[in-house]
Amino acid sequence: MTMDSMPTRGRKRRRNGGVGPGLRDFPTFKAVSYLVFVFLYLPLVVVVAYSFNSNRVVSVWRGFTFSWYSEVLGNDDIQRALFNSLRIGVVATIVSVVLATGLAIGLLTMARAGRTFAWTLIGAPLIIPEIVFAIGTLALFVQSRIPLGVNAITLAHIAFCVPFALLPIRARLRGVDPAVYEAAADLGAGEFTIFRRMTLPLLAPGIVAGALLAFIISLDDFIVSYFLAGPGGTTLPVYIFGMIRNAVTPGVNALSTLMLVASILIVSLSYLLARKRR
Amino acid sequence: MCLTSTISEEPLDASAPALSVRDVTKTFQTPEGGQISALDSVSLDIADGSFMVLLGPSGCGKTTLLRCIAGLESPDSGRIDLRGQRIDNMPVWRRRVNTVFQSYALFPHMTVAQNIAFGLQMDKVPGDIIKRKVGESLDMVHLSGLGSRKPSQLSGGQQQRVALARALAKEPEVLLLDEPLSALDLKLRRGMQSELKRLQRETSITFVLVTHDQDEAMAMGDQVAVFNDGRIVQVGEPREVYLRPCSRFVADFIGEANVLTGALDTYGLVIESVGFVPRDRLMPDTQAALGQVHVAVRPENVSLQLDPVGSAKIIDVSYVGGDMRVEAVAAASGTAVNAAVSIVSRVPSQGVQPPRIGDRVSVSFAEGSLTVVAD
Amino acid sequence: MKAPWSATARQRRQAGQGSWWSGLPGVVYLIALVFLPLVIIFVYSFLSRAKLGVGVKWQFSLTPYTELLFSESLSGGRSFDPTYLQIIANSFWYAIITSVVCLVLSIPIALWLATRAPERRTALVFAVTIPFWTSLLIRTYSFIIILNDNGPINGLLKGIGIIDEPIAMLYTPFATVVGLVYTFLPFMILPIYASAERFDFRLAEAAYDLGAAKWTVLRRIVLPSIRPGIIAGMVLVFIPALGSYLAPELLGGGKTSMIANVIAAQFGASRNWPFGAALSVLLLVITLLVLVIFAVVAKRASRAAGRGGWEALI
Ligand SMILES: Nc1ncnc2c1ncn2[C@@H]1O[C@H](COP(=O)(O)OP(=O)(O)O)[C@@H](O)[C@H]1O
Ligand SMILES: [Mg+2]
Repeated sequence: MTMDSMPTRGRKRRRNGGVGPGLRDFPTFKAVSYLVFVFLYLPLVVVVAYSFNSNRVVSVWRGFTFSWYSEVLGNDDIQRALFNSLRIGVVATIVSVVLATGLAIGLLTMARAGRTFAWTLIGAPLIIPEIVFAIGTLALFVQSRIPLGVNAITLAHIAFCVPFALLPIRARLRGVDPAVYEAAADLGAGEFTIFRRMTLPLLAPGIVAGALLAFIISLDDFIVSYFLAGPGGTTLPVYIFGMIRNAVTPGVNALSTLMLVASILIVSLSYLLARKRR
Repeated sequence: MCLTSTISEEPLDASAPALSVRDVTKTFQTPEGGQISALDSVSLDIADGSFMVLLGPSGCGKTTLLRCIAGLESPDSGRIDLRGQRIDNMPVWRRRVNTVFQSYALFPHMTVAQNIAFGLQMDKVPGDIIKRKVGESLDMVHLSGLGSRKPSQLSGGQQQRVALARALAKEPEVLLLDEPLSALDLKLRRGMQSELKRLQRETSITFVLVTHDQDEAMAMGDQVAVFNDGRIVQVGEPREVYLRPCSRFVADFIGEANVLTGALDTYGLVIESVGFVPRDRLMPDTQAALGQVHVAVRPENVSLQLDPVGSAKIIDVSYVGGDMRVEAVAAASGTAVNAAVSIVSRVPSQGVQPPRIGDRVSVSFAEGSLTVVAD
Repeated sequence: MKAPWSATARQRRQAGQGSWWSGLPGVVYLIALVFLPLVIIFVYSFLSRAKLGVGVKWQFSLTPYTELLFSESLSGGRSFDPTYLQIIANSFWYAIITSVVCLVLSIPIALWLATRAPERRTALVFAVTIPFWTSLLIRTYSFIIILNDNGPINGLLKGIGIIDEPIAMLYTPFATVVGLVYTFLPFMILPIYASAERFDFRLAEAAYDLGAAKWTVLRRIVLPSIRPGIIAGMVLVFIPALGSYLAPELLGGGKTSMIANVIAAQFGASRNWPFGAALSVLLLVITLLVLVIFAVVAKRASRAAGRGGWEALI
């Protein structure tokens, strides 16, 4: 009966991280954490909410409407931009995943110097300021007379998609017991058969997770695409930037909402994939 | 060099026990949603300046009690008093109780000296006094000269001494030690046992030490409190607990014991497989109700006499230290084999003709050696 | 055969492990599209401006670098012009404020996250990362709605009667800092969280036991223990913040240009590629210097902490 008489006190304390009378909690930290979460999600919520705003003036709320979605989806320019984005995203994803898979495997057996060099190259797009990477690529393409546009953007995207594709693949590869390969070799499989029948299936979840991440990174990229777009290479973010710069209508919010939803769905999928098959 | 001389605060109530635990209960929620009763209405008084050992199998709630006293865990009900002052509603950092943690919990980013100084800084002790006390504490645990090392540069035994020095430097009313020696190897452990005894005597600080090792408890404690399953089952001096266990659990847990079942009457005890045991073999002041009882007897109080018509047959002979340990099974003629009881005897091996396996023997007990235990 | 890339023969021959050369296409690609652009930028920064502004004239010149400090008047005379120095200083200033604000916000949430029950913790950490995976352009743009004179914040304040006139927040340095903090906050939270999660709370218990109250435990035990995470977070926020483009571009209203905005302008409207290249080289050099400084600090910190710290983290 003593157990029944004090569960409320007990339960309250246990919520404090499980151990001790709240010794793991510091005053105000919980409040700050909640505020940070509000801060992180506020912009997403605002864009989604204002995409239903019937007022032509973006920032003043008037009433509820769905009309911006139909307007956006019916717009030819937006459809073209969407097509460009998807094409760039798909090609950049495929190529970067192939390169990243090769790198993940190659890194295991590279000598120390080679590994350091490769890691520097892989990490560079994450450290170099994006603007420098963008204008550097622009200068390279102009210098080597590669025309700007969809293909130029694709080439650049591949470079900075590689690190994002690489991380989940590498994590997966590290978890594989090398004895699996030895067993396959012992059973008579050759190098290529081992790769096709062992390595690839084992890496598959990592490869899919990496591909999804690479795809979002490409889809959401603005700065590099903006400098390499040329006349015919407008992608969705570049188009949105134009809308923000020139005529801000709630159509921007509708289009943005669609992109946000796509990104969140894809990253959630990647997260679930990476977790599930552990 | 006696640290007690520098204690500034007068005890609040000199006659009160150093520490008094009353009806402390603590229940944990398991991740699966069940409940574990880690402490079930535990009461315990610890005399000032004594060395109390909490002994019990792992998982019985010893650490939880220590953490409740330290303030790292708050009990669901009950009260804890330190020298007559209630402390269970006081935050950890205000209790004049310090802990030597099982994992040592030395601060890795501080040197040994900084680790020891930390607790004194919390008391706003002036810098020059801190410096002196850190030096004294290091001397006390024989680590002089290692003050500028990082904990990671010390051996396990040395880290343990630092943890001890750090807690002792604060001159607590009560020092709590949670299995402080369990991570040390056997030889080091023996040395540290006497070392701890010495420190306790020199400082006359009340020590409460937790262990699951009964030899350690016997060797160190002025008093031993035996825990089982969240409850204290017996408290007493080590010798008393050893010779007069109050339950089958205590008898089994502390050393080796023969626990036998018999019928008690005014003349003595009738144990079916052994025979009649006269009343004077029982502890002198035995006051058990007549009828069926359980009795415990230590192997050294059992003697096995070669006797061709004895009720017991020897099944094993081995040597433990300087002793010979003889195990026999006794069965009353005509009873089934599974009714047989095993009886262990332990006698000094010197000058004794060792019995052979298969010999028949009769069983007898030393005077006043049988104690009635609860089941 | 002993190619410098290959490991020992025994390692290479291990069944199914693949070979070092499978990484070759990736390495070659990255050389072409990461390393080469940097080389070209470096070369361009020593050339002359093209007539029409697009591209460069292949003639050696140090003008792009002198332009950083001096402006050329129409008559051809040079005079000291602190405009660009000011912008570089601004960039540092914004990056510093951003890092500090991120740090102050991140320590509480990182520790709070690290002390949640394990199942909830994974979900909450994922929740912190989700915004990072959505378009930065859209998130930054959203602050135009949030901060403008008729936006929700001014609306709310007016609604409850705190203010009569809207507070001008958009197109101010404040808006830029808000945007920068927003952009980089996850990069501070995650490494500090990674450190905090590994923190052994028994050390905090020992400190409480020795008489330390909450803030003392935080300051003297917890913060020193999560220092590797703090240093990693500072690197991951300060360096990209220094080169930010979008927040000042969209939220600063041209009043708060940072280096990246000036670079972009040279390849857009201003049409001075060599000067833009010189600024880029400068930004890269600063980035590398900062990186080296942090690495030295981190090494010293991890040595002080007694065991290897931040190398393990990254
Ligand atoms: N924080 C906790 N949460 C849930 N159960 C706990 C917690 N701490 C201890 N317990 C449980 O309480 C019981 C007593 O534990 P403890 O006091 O550590 O035992 P001992 O120190 O005697 O080995 C054990 O069953 C243990 O699993
Ligand atoms: Mg324990």
